[in-house]
Amino acid sequence: MNLEEIKSQIEANVPGCSLEILPNASPSGQHSLLVDPEHALTVASFLRDGASPHFDYCSNVTGIDWPLKETSSKQKTKKIVDGVEKEVEELVKISTGNYLEVVYHLFSQENRQGPLVLRMRTGDRAERVHLPSLTPVWRSAEFQEREVYDLFGIVFDGHPDLRRLLMWEDFTDHPMRKDYVDPDDYEYEPTAHDEVLRRTQAHYAAQEALSGAEEAR
Amino acid sequence: MLGDGIIKGLAETARNFFGSYVDKERLTTVQYPEERLPQIEGTRDFPFLVYDGDDWEKGLRCVSCHICEKECPPKCIFIEKSKDKKPDAVGKLQFYPVRFDIDVSVCMSCQICVEVCPFDAIKMDVEFELSSDDRFGGLLHHKDKLAKSNEYYHKIHPTEAAAVDAALAEEREKEKEKQKQAALAAAAAAAAKAAAAPASAPAAHVPVPAPGTNTDTSAKEETK
Amino acid sequence: MSVLTEVSIDTISQPANDHLHGDLLEISMGPHHPSTHGVFRMNIVLDGERVVKLKPVFGYLHRNHEKIAEHETYLGSMPYTDRLDYICSITNNWAYALAVEKLAGIPVPERAEYLRVITGELTRLQNHAGLIGFLLQDMGASGTPLMYAFREREKILDLFEALTGSRMMCNYMRFGGCRRDLPSGWMEHAQKVVDGFPRFLDEFERLLRTNEILMARTQGIGIVTREQAINAGISGPMARASGVNYDLRKVDKYGIYDRFSFRVPLGEHGDVYDRYMMRLLEMRESIEILKQAMRDLPSGPIMDPNTKIRNFRPKAGEAYGRIEAPKGELGFYLISDGGPNPYRYRVRPPSLINLTLLEQMCLGHNVSDVVIILGSVDIVLGEVDR
Repeated sequence: MNLEEIKSQIEANVPGCSLEILPNASPSGQHSLLVDPEHALTVASFLRDGASPHFDYCSNVTGIDWPLKETSSKQKTKKIVDGVEKEVEELVKISTGNYLEVVYHLFSQENRQGPLVLRMRTGDRAERVHLPSLTPVWRSAEFQEREVYDLFGIVFDGHPDLRRLLMWEDFTDHPMRKDYVDPDDYEYEPTAHDEVLRRTQAHYAAQEALSGAEEAR
Repeated sequence: MLGDGIIKGLAETARNFFGSYVDKERLTTVQYPEERLPQIEGTRDFPFLVYDGDDWEKGLRCVSCHICEKECPPKCIFIEKSKDKKPDAVGKLQFYPVRFDIDVSVCMSCQICVEVCPFDAIKMDVEFELSSDDRFGGLLHHKDKLAKSNEYYHKIHPTEAAAVDAALAEEREKEKEKQKQAALAAAAAAAAKAAAAPASAPAAHVPVPAPGTNTDTSAKEETK
Repeated sequence: MSVLTEVSIDTISQPANDHLHGDLLEISMGPHHPSTHGVFRMNIVLDGERVVKLKPVFGYLHRNHEKIAEHETYLGSMPYTDRLDYICSITNNWAYALAVEKLAGIPVPERAEYLRVITGELTRLQNHAGLIGFLLQDMGASGTPLMYAFREREKILDLFEALTGSRMMCNYMRFGGCRRDLPSGWMEHAQKVVDGFPRFLDEFERLLRTNEILMARTQGIGIVTREQAINAGISGPMARASGVNYDLRKVDKYGIYDRFSFRVPLGEHGDVYDRYMMRLLEMRESIEILKQAMRDLPSGPIMDPNTKIRNFRPKAGEAYGRIEAPKGELGFYLISDGGPNPYRYRVRPPSLINLTLLEQMCLGHNVSDVVIILGSVDIVLGEVDR
């Protein structure tokens, strides 16, 4: 199975869709295919029914949080300074991330091939978090997309039953995001050195002060 | 035939029922706590600290390097390192833990602390009757409760303890050999020096490192 | 049966409500119910005894395993994987070790591969033995089959204790091998257990395979067709009971599974009976694999000498590794950013995904059938909720 081949197959059959191969540096060699959300559903049904091999089995669906990350690196560039070409070091700021990502691991049961790693990205991490649901194509995504919605906050349009899966319904945050802050009202544990303990003590101290104030009133 | 299954089922039950009278292997129930199963050798539950010799405070192998504390997945170990050094069981000057606590209500018996310990100082116990009426304090074990002798370790895990002792003895032997070599080399160097300059005073005081002064624990950690 | 609690049914669309038809009843089965094998809850709408609607509710055992693993080192997550599917800790270790080995390109010595197969197949034996015991318990055969199954499982757990130190939380595998070599006498003991196991299977089959009650309760109940199973991502024995010929031991040939000859049993109807039989047949194949692996076990090292246990930092990249766990395809998806902790750590839980079709399987059946349908899926809540 060649990723380039599949890419050209999709490009030939789904007009207007933009695809990008994201290389993976690890020895596993599982490179992935980035799909634009507008054509994702068409691409998915093509992969299931039209492509060769048929990717009839969607094994794993998960989300990844990529918060905004700004790195500055020194880059050497050639510039013409006073008519002479010189190498100049420049500080280049690169900002990466600031989006949420969904990953689908597809396999072909028919030809026993895979995985084909399909990715989609949201516009940002706050407002534009809508992506098309691929549950109409692979039903196995149903619970897993619910889980991604629950833990990452990606809203899947077209999902038949998009509710929280693991957290309770009144819960507001998304725990798997990198900037999620744990609640500090843990039960006391006598691990004397733990940061948990400090935060717990701070929490209960604050609570006591609060209830004391109420009593005084 | 109707009722076939019932007869077959009853026959099977009867076979097992009467079988338990003739075959000891079929009688699987053990009346705990009056009767106990023999301990399986490899079994583990919570960690303890090994000490050599008779005095538990003096003989602790632990040099409070904090590796187990850092590697412990649920973070149930708390160590406070001493400021001074004291001689250990073989007379070597070592740091020692002023405080060594393990919270067994948090510990999940994964034995990663045992695997990462470069000094064979922490091992897994088999003591499982640890219930206490003190929810917090009773399950927080301090170093006096955790310290157990090497003989005890030999009793609960004989094969493993023998291997550990052999490895430790080999290491000590090697260290001694190293010191001997160093002493020899120093002596040879001194002799050469003396031979090169016969007019000078004879080299009476060759600096020979005394045994047990090598306390560089970080170097040992690197080699592991 | 469960305590039936009548709740507000205003929200449910009712069929023609004449005095003959009666009302719909909404019951909440679980989270504390013996047949749900843990803290699992189903909201069921009943028309008489028939299930009209069923919604599973998850999360009662949720502890965000994935988030915990993002704060742990790669090694530190290994004991936590034991607690996913706590019946089969060794296969969980294996799946995680396999994913890390893919991520970092670590070779595994041959003896370690054999040890993995031996312990993995023993895990499959004890999981399936436990499952059929529980399934029969769910069917109302109180106690006896479960005790028979647990008697056999106990022998395998003793083997695990002698090898890994713990009966259930084995924490046995490491990246690039296994933690401990076989203690003396273990092989003989294991040989005895494996040789004695077919007797238990024969006993079970003689007793129950053609039992009228069992057949009446299980045949034609909870049917999943082949196409549905593939589309819903069903894996493991449950998929094979529906005729899906997809066993990762044959497909991926991970480890050294290409060296053993064994068959993959397939079902035809995809009902509870087929799923029950699938476990019995798979146990027989596991015994075949075990016999071959124990015969061929080579000597040699059990750990890759170049892999560090501490300060393990794989290069940036990602990998998805999966194995055929007793419950289905167990996958680990890891992303490394070059640091000591994984940037993203994901478990693909077979128990959760196999529940996708639960509602569809139960519709039209009785409440008592819901219990055995759920039992035949083989879930462990430690893995469903993570």
